[in-house]
Amino acid sequence: MTSLARRLSLTLLVFGGLALAAIVLGPLAGSTSISLRRVFDSSVPFEGNVDAQIFFVARLPRVLAGALVGAMLASAGVVFQGLLRNPLATPFTLGVSAGAALGAMLAITFGASLAWIGMPLAPLASFAGSGVAVGIVYFLAQARHRGLSTNVLLLAGVTMNAFFSALILFVQYFADFAETFRILRWLMGDLDISSYQPLLAALPLVIISFSVFGWLARPLNLLSLGPDAAESRGLDVTLAQRAAFFSASLATGAAVSVGGPVGFIGIIVPHLVRLLVGADHRIVLPASALFGAAFLIACDALARTVMSPLELPVGVITAIIGGPFFLWLLVRRT
Amino acid sequence: MRVEVLIGAAGCCRVLGVLAVVLAVLSVTVRPAVVAFEPPYRIVSLVPAVTEMLFALGAGHRVVGVSSFDRFPPEVANIQKVGALLDPDLERILSLQPDLVVLYHTQSDLRKQLERAKVPAYAYSHAGLRDVTATLRSVGNRIGIAARAAKLATDIESRIDAIRRVSALGPRPRTLIVFGRENYALRGIYASGGQGFVHDMVTAAGGQNVFADMKREAVQATTELILARRPEIILELRADPIGPDEEKKELAVWRQLASVPAVANRRVHIIADPRTVIPGPRIVEGIEVIAAAIKRQP
Repeated sequence: MTSLARRLSLTLLVFGGLALAAIVLGPLAGSTSISLRRVFDSSVPFEGNVDAQIFFVARLPRVLAGALVGAMLASAGVVFQGLLRNPLATPFTLGVSAGAALGAMLAITFGASLAWIGMPLAPLASFAGSGVAVGIVYFLAQARHRGLSTNVLLLAGVTMNAFFSALILFVQYFADFAETFRILRWLMGDLDISSYQPLLAALPLVIISFSVFGWLARPLNLLSLGPDAAESRGLDVTLAQRAAFFSASLATGAAVSVGGPVGFIGIIVPHLVRLLVGADHRIVLPASALFGAAFLIACDALARTVMSPLELPVGVITAIIGGPFFLWLLVRRT
Repeated sequence: MRVEVLIGAAGCCRVLGVLAVVLAVLSVTVRPAVVAFEPPYRIVSLVPAVTEMLFALGAGHRVVGVSSFDRFPPEVANIQKVGALLDPDLERILSLQPDLVVLYHTQSDLRKQLERAKVPAYAYSHAGLRDVTATLRSVGNRIGIAARAAKLATDIESRIDAIRRVSALGPRPRTLIVFGRENYALRGIYASGGQGFVHDMVTAAGGQNVFADMKREAVQATTELILARRPEIILELRADPIGPDEEKKELAVWRQLASVPAVANRRVHIIADPRTVIPGPRIVEGIEVIAAAIKRQP
């Protein structure tokens, strides 16, 4: 066994165990106490079994959503940091979340007139919004260079973020009070999806982006040496950059459409994991995905129970933990 | 004889006519206060509930500006819209030359600006059901028709008491009151906590709010909380109308919470009626609508 394989399996074992523990233990926490014996009591029909409904309808989809969103945002964070060669990059740096937020906002504000479509619009519209943002940023970064300029990418992304935020305020001006409230709530992130349907809808996107991430680990290692050095070692830099940009954007868009823009996961988790396992993307990527899942499930469990029966938005918890951590990281680096 | 009567009547009329002219001259020159009502004459109301009160008190003709959310009575369609809670249009308000502006007490910036322009303001704040009639009385007082307002307020209070007496005789089903959620999904559900006029209305109508223990107006209700509280009735209140197809689909969304008694017994009702969400003089009708929904058997 090579040393990489040994380290990889050890990492997968530890972080996989952590994620698994979170998924198993997550549904046990909540604002009400339920009895596991009654949850799995098949003599009571599901329709009449409150404990089973709380477990399978309220908690399990939520925990799985936490796993999915946490894993995607954390690994997208790793990929963006590698692509932009900037430790401060997050999945939301390039305008994906602002585009998604604008989409969701349009759906919430003008959703009443589109009610004839007969399905929840906010997830779809947020995914479409992130697609538009990614398209514009990519077009801009492509325009001045052959290949992708990461500098232009970063500048275009930051500018698009500001521009979409302005549009969000513009749309918000036309929203009524209740809609404004719901928009604000959406922006805080919410994993209470109460059905498995949003997860199933996001699954193909998860599979696509994770497959690309799997391929990306080695190219990201080479990119970290700088594009010229990577090129001289035989990497098709433009292809790798495009793959990184689109797969990470896809993962971010899918995550945001499920749980809203949950902040800080995409930056704390990759850095924490790097502190533990080093900088090799072949290990950092899977470890971040697994740890991101566990971390978001834990934050959500905290959000559900700390003030129960009232509930805090999960984005508030991740920000409260993430903010100070991020500052510590900054200070430590200088 | 008929001729005599006619002449007599004509003479009478002439005397009356002269008298009227004298009175009119007197009222203009000597006592301007003879006019039908006192100031304010030009009221701008940013609060739909107060607009409704002004019209119910017969002072609708004094209203020269309303908020962009005002829909009732139908006459408001022809009245200038001057923005609302978050976006009051000060210029437009001042251009209407109001001598009273009704605004939310949280609109402190607008209040200061009006103060500088020397325009009197009436600060409105709403809380419970009791405050609806209290506001009605104080608005009547402020615009110089206190007696009429007191009568209407007492009338509303006694009608609410009557509904209360009737509903006290029946069962008090556990009721979940939903203010809003995402379309076609049980996400972002906002429900009434144990405070505010909607909670009071449902209580008066015979319901028992499942979130009565949470002392706030709005509660974010997760699916877990709804499953755990087991409401026997779910009422979704909305101000805007809903089509039959849309209503059917929106009701079907609840089926995933099959263990909730309200869902199992098909007692989820969408009430699309502004009277249930505007704390104005139609509040009694709102309570009646809610009471009917609570009593309705599937």
